[in-house]
Amino acid sequence: MGNKKHIIGYNTYILVWLSLLALTAITVSIAGIHLGDYTLLIAMFIAAIKSALVINIFMHIKFDEPIFKVFLALSGFTLLIIFVLTFFDFIYR
Amino acid sequence: MANGVIAIEEKNFYQQSTNKYSGILSWLLTTDHKRIGLMYLYTISFFFIVGVIIGILMRLELLTPGKTIVDAQTYNTLFTLHGVIMIFLFIIPGLPAIFGNFFLPIQIGARDVAFPRLNLLSYYVYVVGAILVFISLFLPGGPIDTGWTFYIPYSVRSSTNVSMAILAAFILGFSSILTGINFITTVHRLRAPEMTFFKMPLFVWATYATAWIQIIATPVIGITILLVIIERTFGVGIFDPALGGDPILFQHLFWIYSHPAVYIMILPAMGVVSEIIPTFARRTIFGYKAIAMSSLAIAFVGYLVWAHHMFTSGMSDTARWVFSLLTFIVALPSGVKVFNWVATMYKGSIDPQTPFLWVMAFIFLFSIGGLTGLVLGSLATDVHLHDTYFVVAHFHYVMFGGTGTIFFAALHYWFPKMFGRMYFKKVANIAVLLFFIGFNMLYFTKFIMGYMGMPRRYYDYLPQFATLQEISTVGSWILALAIFLMAGNLIYSLRKGPKAGPNPWGGVTLEWHIPSPPPMENFKEIPTITHEPYDFSQLKEMKNES
Repeated sequence: MGNKKHIIGYNTYILVWLSLLALTAITVSIAGIHLGDYTLLIAMFIAAIKSALVINIFMHIKFDEPIFKVFLALSGFTLLIIFVLTFFDFIYR
Repeated sequence: MANGVIAIEEKNFYQQSTNKYSGILSWLLTTDHKRIGLMYLYTISFFFIVGVIIGILMRLELLTPGKTIVDAQTYNTLFTLHGVIMIFLFIIPGLPAIFGNFFLPIQIGARDVAFPRLNLLSYYVYVVGAILVFISLFLPGGPIDTGWTFYIPYSVRSSTNVSMAILAAFILGFSSILTGINFITTVHRLRAPEMTFFKMPLFVWATYATAWIQIIATPVIGITILLVIIERTFGVGIFDPALGGDPILFQHLFWIYSHPAVYIMILPAMGVVSEIIPTFARRTIFGYKAIAMSSLAIAFVGYLVWAHHMFTSGMSDTARWVFSLLTFIVALPSGVKVFNWVATMYKGSIDPQTPFLWVMAFIFLFSIGGLTGLVLGSLATDVHLHDTYFVVAHFHYVMFGGTGTIFFAALHYWFPKMFGRMYFKKVANIAVLLFFIGFNMLYFTKFIMGYMGMPRRYYDYLPQFATLQEISTVGSWILALAIFLMAGNLIYSLRKGPKAGPNPWGGVTLEWHIPSPPPMENFKEIPTITHEPYDFSQLKEMKNES
């Protein structure tokens, strides 16, 4: 939707794709190690990096108008609140 | 609000098509937002009537203790279908898909929505979802019997066609998301040049806020439904405790969508109220910005309260008091709206036409629904009332007394604009009165029964509930009579009603500046906005325009 056209080279796309695969591999291997309470935290952290890559590069948000970033931040904030509130049950149950 | 936008003797959208086809194909393949709105109207009304008939059958079953017309298993499927149809096929899409589609572009001075083809697609996605619901009734296994909430573990273990029915809900969700995307883009991109955000009519504000909920919340139910299907099909332990899953997690995920969905239902209705009251009170709306902002506030706060549906589910005590506390916050923006509406009427020159009467019924019924919500939002009282008729009464007052009533109000308000004809007002007013009587007989008795301990979803009851159950059933007959009288009046008026002019009510938002029914692309020229949205001083200018 932006007025300027941004062309990203194939190299970048392939690099991002490989990073996503690598991060997935890390998530799977970490699931096998017993890290206790930290397992979820690390998995979420890796997932956050992966989605940032997809959103910025594949979905072109990095190069688009600020309003889209606002929209995304809003959705991300809502998701964060939903997580926090769910944990009021999960942690204290 | 606008100058020089009256089109003279232009073909209306019934006479002119957006595609090369004529007849039925010109409708089925149309990209005109008004035609798509009408297709939604016919389809959604059909499902509403189906839902009403199922409701009447349920009430008939409860006329006497024990078996009256159906057995217990059939009763289970009836209340499930009543819920699924009324929620997913009627009340969620009802106002945005019909009136949002028809009037949102007109009210902001646009020729159509931002993505007209996506709009048509969302209609067909809705139809596919609806057809799947009906197919699921007739396949081996039988109709779904879990209740519309599909709670685990029963929905994993039930041998009925749960997977197909919830897949239908999944597909219907996509229709909702597509509509939401379309409306947000339309509001951001297609407003007439001088139509700033704070000059938008409040129905547009409400629909805009709703669209955000549709986009952000609906994917959650989508994922949840897929997880249930995976669990049913492959036996993966996600929610079922027998397989190591967490059933409360399902309730969290379900209500993370389904509570905001309550606001998908009620917010557009509140928008319609904010249109109708100024028009019939001949007074600019009191607290325009407060109402606009309260729509966004409701949309946001709606995300923070979902677990108040789960106080007795076994979730942690901390979560229970946190969600109880947060629930009370919702009352604030809702209160802002109600007080502003009442203040708008104060010293107004009120003309109690049919749409206004519907709105009065709404304020009364919705206030009861809202206040009993506070009773249920309090932890201690909820433990007593949870899963009783009190809850059933509460959400019918909110959903049916709130959104349903405003669905009828909107239909009566915009009917002359949509069809170019007026209905018979006396008959319409009688229908409002009958509705009000029938509604309270049907549902107020449920508050009393619930308080006395009558559980919901039971096909039988103890002798002490007999009288109230009878009153409730008779109420359902009066209510049905009102609905059929109203529908009959409107259908008859489509052809035989007196012709309506461009502005039969003296409204001032943009739809009242163009002919009834509107021309194909609404405006010959994109209108110039010269007034605030509810500035009635422009009525004189408008008379000169025509």
